[in-house]
Amino acid sequence: MLALDLTAYWAVTVLKVAVVLALIPAGALILGYVFLLKMMSFMQSRLGPMEAGPGGVLQLVADGVKFLQKEDIFPDRADRRVFALAPVVVLMSTFLLYLVIPAGPRLVVQDLDTGVIFALAVSSISVIGVLMAGWASANKYALIGALRAAGQLIAYELPLVLAVVGVAMQAGTFSLQGIVKAQANGEIFGFGAIGNPFLFTQFIGFILFIVSAQAELSQTPFDMPVAESELVAGFMTEYTGFRFLFFFMGEFGTAFALAAIGATLFLGGWYLPGVHGGLADVVGPLVLGAKIMLVAFLIFWVRFSYPRLREDQLQALAWKFLIPLSLVNILATGVLKVVVK
Amino acid sequence: MLTAAASTDLNTVEYVVFGVIAASMAIAAIRVVTAKNIVHAALYLVVVLAGVAALYVMLAAEFIAVVQVLVYIGAIVVLLLFGTMLTRAPIGTTSDLDNEQRGVSLVVSLFLLGVLGWTLTKAFGWSHMPETPVQRTADVGNSIFQSFVIPFEVVSILLLAALVGAVVIARRD
Repeated sequence: MLALDLTAYWAVTVLKVAVVLALIPAGALILGYVFLLKMMSFMQSRLGPMEAGPGGVLQLVADGVKFLQKEDIFPDRADRRVFALAPVVVLMSTFLLYLVIPAGPRLVVQDLDTGVIFALAVSSISVIGVLMAGWASANKYALIGALRAAGQLIAYELPLVLAVVGVAMQAGTFSLQGIVKAQANGEIFGFGAIGNPFLFTQFIGFILFIVSAQAELSQTPFDMPVAESELVAGFMTEYTGFRFLFFFMGEFGTAFALAAIGATLFLGGWYLPGVHGGLADVVGPLVLGAKIMLVAFLIFWVRFSYPRLREDQLQALAWKFLIPLSLVNILATGVLKVVVK
Repeated sequence: MLTAAASTDLNTVEYVVFGVIAASMAIAAIRVVTAKNIVHAALYLVVVLAGVAALYVMLAAEFIAVVQVLVYIGAIVVLLLFGTMLTRAPIGTTSDLDNEQRGVSLVVSLFLLGVLGWTLTKAFGWSHMPETPVQRTADVGNSIFQSFVIPFEVVSILLLAALVGAVVIARRD
């Protein structure tokens, strides 16, 4: 009598939530281990963590367990409720990002018609969490870090959105699933064997997207909000234990999600030439995973290679270079869309 | 009970969801004006604006809901918080957040309530809204750039004028 109907609305919803809940820490762990621990170490001619598990793969799991055991500390003069709520807001924004990312023809939590705009909208919620964290900590370094983060995220959200507009114009839809299909069915001068990844036609958009994503994620050279040589740890200064773990998972979970959105917008998402139908649902996640690692590699390669910008250089880059360039990109896309059809 | 609910256009689940959203919006709105801390007031405002977005979703206006989050929560409240934190936003309660304009604001609020309530009941009466399918983003774009292109362009010019004005005021040299 108690047969489990897995197609019932509640069962599907529970399954989807469980998958996303598992995906965020998994994505954060993969990026953290492969890039933060290993790639940075190899670039600096050292081995990185080697003790926990083979090649140190369990290092971040061990760190996570360590964070969970720590005391839950509130600063004496902090605004306790806002202080406690801030990491939750940041993680909620990360969680919602995964709602629209497709990993196969049917593997998507919800294929919203507004897809990519929804992703940008919910990713902007994390700024509020950062501001809450910095203000509630009652610490001048935390507050300065939060203000820097807000100024930076406002400035770089514009080129990010405008870079996406070019892609949406070419695909004719905001839906990420629709954008994947537009690339899969596209042709390059009549040659359709590999579809038409928008990397080629929207190359400027791709550069704009990667640079803005780098800044949105506060990765070096845009890491002024958490500049350790100036601000201790910026808005995260007063956070310890599992609350710090929330911020860490938020940071790397968002990096994973933004890399996935970049891979979907510009590299064709889950689409692999020649794979169709039910097989695409099996191969899709692997293809998307490989493309995510490619985009994330670019982001972390730059992170480990360049020194930090100055605050005025950061703002000048966004307002005087990236935003005008993205507007020109939209204009060119519009003209070409009408002329070339 | 069940048949009574089923006979209307809204179903019970929609009533419950609307009730929860409306109640939390009302409570948060009251807290915006009664909070003794300016940052808390701004954070309650986030709840109100998120409630508006949720109501848009209930009305099947998906694109408007997403833009509501992007513009109001992601930009306007962030600027508000940024501005207050950059100038003066002490932790703890302060007593100087209220001013002596309660009477005037009461009159204005009641006037607004009357105008909006009268307009809505005049336009729609007590008729039930028809079942609307989810609005496609492409349809929103089509109606903006075909039926409403002149109002849209007028609004763009207004915004451009405001932008130029802000630049002129900001740089006094």
